Amino acid sequence: MDFGLSQDQQMLRDAVARCLADTCPLDHVRECTERDNPLSDKVLRAVQDLGIPGMLVPEEHGGLGMTLLDAAIVAEQLAYAVAPVPFLASHVLTPIALSEAGSKEQKAHWLPKIVSGEARIGVAISETIEVRDGAGVSFAAGKLNGTALFALDFEGADAFIVADSGGRLHLVGAKASGLKAIALTTIDRTRSVGELRFDGAEAEPLADDGGAAVGRLRAAGRVILAADSLGAGQAMIEKAVDYAGQREQFGRLIGSFQAVKHMCAEMAARHEPCHSLVWYAAHAFDAVPTEASLVACHAKSHTGEVHRFVARTSTEVHGGMGFTDLIGLHYWFKRIGFDRQVLGGPETVRAEAAALQGWIKAA
Amino acid sequence: MDLEYGPEYDVFRKQVRAFIEAHSHLAPPSSDRAARPSSKAVEWQKLLIEHGYTARTIPQAYGGYGAEPDILQSRIIAEEFARARVPGGLSNQGISMFVPTLLELGTEEQKRRWIEPTLKGDVVWCQGYSEPGAGSDLANLKTSAHIENDEFVVNGQKIWTSTAKQADMIFCLVRTEPDAPKHGGISYLIFSMDTPGIEVRPLKTMTGHAEFNEVFFTDVRVPMHQIVGQRGQGWFVANATLGHERGMLGDPDALENRLEALIALMQEERLGQGRAIDNPVLRDRLVALQAEVAAMKYNGMRILSNSLRGEPGGMAKLIVKLQSCELAHQISALAIDAMGELGILYHHSPREREGGAWQWNYMFQLGLIIGGGTAQIQKNIIAERGLEMPREPKLAKISDAAKATADMPRHKQGSA
Ligand SMILES: Cc1cc2nc3c(=O)[nH]c(=O)nc-3n(C[C@H](O)[C@H](O)[C@H](O)COP(=O)(O)OP(=O)(O)OC[C@H]3O[C@@H](n4cnc5c(N)ncnc54)[C@H](O)[C@@H]3O)c2cc1C
Repeated sequence: MDFGLSQDQQMLRDAVARCLADTCPLDHVRECTERDNPLSDKVLRAVQDLGIPGMLVPEEHGGLGMTLLDAAIVAEQLAYAVAPVPFLASHVLTPIALSEAGSKEQKAHWLPKIVSGEARIGVAISETIEVRDGAGVSFAAGKLNGTALFALDFEGADAFIVADSGGRLHLVGAKASGLKAIALTTIDRTRSVGELRFDGAEAEPLADDGGAAVGRLRAAGRVILAADSLGAGQAMIEKAVDYAGQREQFGRLIGSFQAVKHMCAEMAARHEPCHSLVWYAAHAFDAVPTEASLVACHAKSHTGEVHRFVARTSTEVHGGMGFTDLIGLHYWFKRIGFDRQVLGGPETVRAEAAALQGWIKAA
Repeated sequence: MDLEYGPEYDVFRKQVRAFIEAHSHLAPPSSDRAARPSSKAVEWQKLLIEHGYTARTIPQAYGGYGAEPDILQSRIIAEEFARARVPGGLSNQGISMFVPTLLELGTEEQKRRWIEPTLKGDVVWCQGYSEPGAGSDLANLKTSAHIENDEFVVNGQKIWTSTAKQADMIFCLVRTEPDAPKHGGISYLIFSMDTPGIEVRPLKTMTGHAEFNEVFFTDVRVPMHQIVGQRGQGWFVANATLGHERGMLGDPDALENRLEALIALMQEERLGQGRAIDNPVLRDRLVALQAEVAAMKYNGMRILSNSLRGEPGGMAKLIVKLQSCELAHQISALAIDAMGELGILYHHSPREREGGAWQWNYMFQLGLIIGGGTAQIQKNIIAERGLEMPREPKLAKISDAAKATADMPRHKQGSA
C-alpha cells in the first residue's frame, strides 16, 4: 500500500506552485479583482503553458489523460494563490462531460480546442442539486427553456453545458439566440458565475444516460471545490502562524500566548486530515466508482465546515489586521466561502450522502 | 422574580404599538448602515427621543427623555420594535459609549455641551484608542500630548478608528506623562476632527467598504479643559468607555432584531418545493440560535436588574461581549447557509438578498469578535476576573526565568 501523492504528482504540485508564485502574486490578484472582469489573461496563459486545460482530456484528443487527483492537486495550488482563472468548469467538468457523455463529433470538435485554449465551456448543473428561486431548465424539441442559476466559469465561455430538470446534459452556444446570459457577482471575485435564461434556445444534447453523467459532474465538482478549500485553508493557516511569529503585544510575540497557539493548533489539527480525505475522494473518482459519489460528498461537506472555521480563526489570529484589506487575507476567506456554498452547502451535501446510502429517500 | 406585566404595561405596550403603526413610514430602512446617520435617521431619532423610545432614562437637562429606569418598559420597547422590524434608536460610539462615560465621569459643563447634540445624531464621535503597536495591549499606546501655552499638543497615530472620516469629534487616549508607569500616564482628550494637524486615511476592510481609518496627528492643539477625568487618569476613563462598548457590542436587542430578520428570511426563501424553514436541519439550527438569543435577552434583564439594585453585573456581564458577538456571527452564517448558492452573492449582484446585508454582517460581525477587545482577551478577562484564576506570569518574570535558564550550566537544562 502506498497512500499519498506519487513523485510525478509532487512534481506537478511544485511546478504549478512555482508558476503561480511567479505569475500570480497577491498584487496581481488585487489588480484583477478591482476590474469589471477580474479574470487574469496572464495567469491563464501560464496555466495554458503548463498544459492544465488538457489535463483531463483523453490523449486521443490531444490531451494528457490525467486523473482527477492530478486536477485536485492543481485546484489546491490555484486556491493557494487565489488565482483568478477559470478551472473547475472549463478544465475539469467540461472534459469529463464531453469524454464521458459527448458524441464522437462533439468530442472531435471541442476537446482539441479546449486543450489549445481556443475554447472554454462553462457548466450549469446547480438545479440538479437544489432548486432556488424556482429556477430549472426544461428541454423539448431540441430547445431549452427556463433558468439555470450559477453557471460556473461564466465569463468568456464560448458555450455552456447545462443540466435540465431530468438530469440530461445539453450543450448550448453562449451566443445562441434565445439565451440571455447575466453575470452574477459573489464575495469571491476570483471566480466568475452567471445566470442563463433560456427562451427556446437551440441546444445539442449530450448522451442521454439517465443522469449518470451529471452525477459524475457533481462528484468531480465537489472534489475540486474541496481541494480548492484545502489550498485556501492551507494558505490561511500558514499566514496565521507567520503573523503570530512576528506580531508583538504585551512585550511578547503573540504566538507565545497559549490562546494563540491553540487557535493555530486547532486549525492544523482539523485541516490536516482533509488532505487525505480529498486525495482519497479524488482517487475514488477514477479508481473506486462505487464509492466516488459518497466520498465526494464527504470531502465537500467536511472541508466546507473545517475551512469555515479556519477562515474565521486565521482572521482572528491577525486581529484588526485580518479584517482589513491591507494584507489581503480576505481573498482566501472568500474563496473558502465560495467553495462551501457552491454545488451544495454542507447540509445539502450531507443529505445527499445519506440518500446515497439509502438512509433517507433522495430529495 | 417579579415579571408581572401589570395592566399598566398592557397600556404601555399598546401605546408603543400604536406609535409604531402611526409612524413607521418615517423610519429609515433597517439596512441603513451609514456611519453618519441620514437626515431621515436623525429625524427618526429625534421623534423617538421625544416619545421616550430611546435615550429614555437620560435626564431632560441633557437632551434625554428623563424617565425612571423600568426594565419591563425597556423590554416592551425593544420587543415591539424588533417584532415590527422597525429600527429603534441610533446606536453608535458617541451615543452608546461616550454619552454614558460622560454621564459618569464628565463635568457638568461637558454634559450640557455634548450629550444632547450627540443623542440627536447631530454630532458624530469616533474612538481614538488603538495604535499600530497598541491593540490588545492598549496601555502600550504612544500618541503623546505635551503642554505648551496652556494647550495639549498631540502627536502620533491611531489605527482602526471606526467612522473617523465621518466623525465631528474624537475621544482619544494620549500619553501625557511619559515618565509615569504604563497605565498611569494616559489622559482622555476630546477634540474636533476639524482641528488643524489631523489627517484621516480610510482603510478598506474585507467587506469592501472603508469602515475604519488611520488617523495621524501632527501638533494638534487641544485646549486644556477638553479632558475627561484628570490628567493621568485616562486609563480609568477609557475602561469605563470600554465597558459601555462591550455593552453596545453585546446588545441583546440588536441580536433579537437580527434573529427576527433571519426568521423572516427563512420563511421567505424558497428551497425546492418548500421554504428554507421547512428544511429540518436548517430549522434545527434556527431554533438553537433562537434559544441562545433568548438566553442573552434574559441575561440582559438580569444585568439590568442587578444594576438598578446597585449590585455588580458579575459573570453575567463579563460574558456578554464574547457570547453576543459570536451569536451575531452565527446568525449571519445560518442566513448564508439557508440561501445556499445565493448566499454568496454580493457587490450588488442580481438576485442578491437585502443588499448583501447578510454577507456584510457575516464579515463585519467577525470584525466585532476582534474589535472592542478580542475573543481571546475576553476569555482572559472571564477567567482572571470572573473565575479568579491565576494570572499569566508577567513578562518581567518570564524573561527573568528565561535568563536564569540561559545562565544555567548546560547539562542542567535538559532536565528542567
Ligand atoms: C471592526 C473593528 C472596529 C474597530 N473600531 C475601533 C475604533 O473605533 N477605535 C479603536 O481605537 N479601535 C478600534 N478597533 C481596534 C480593536 O480594538 C483592535 O483590533 C483589538 O483590540 C485587537 O487589537 P489588534 O488588532 O492590534 O490585534 P492584536 O492585539 O495584535 O491581536 C492579535 C491576536 O493576538 C491575540 N492576543 C493578543 N494579546 C493576547 C493575550 N494577552 N492573550 C491571548 N491572546 C492575545 C489576540 O486575541 C488576537 O487573536 C476596531 C477593530 C475592528 C476589527
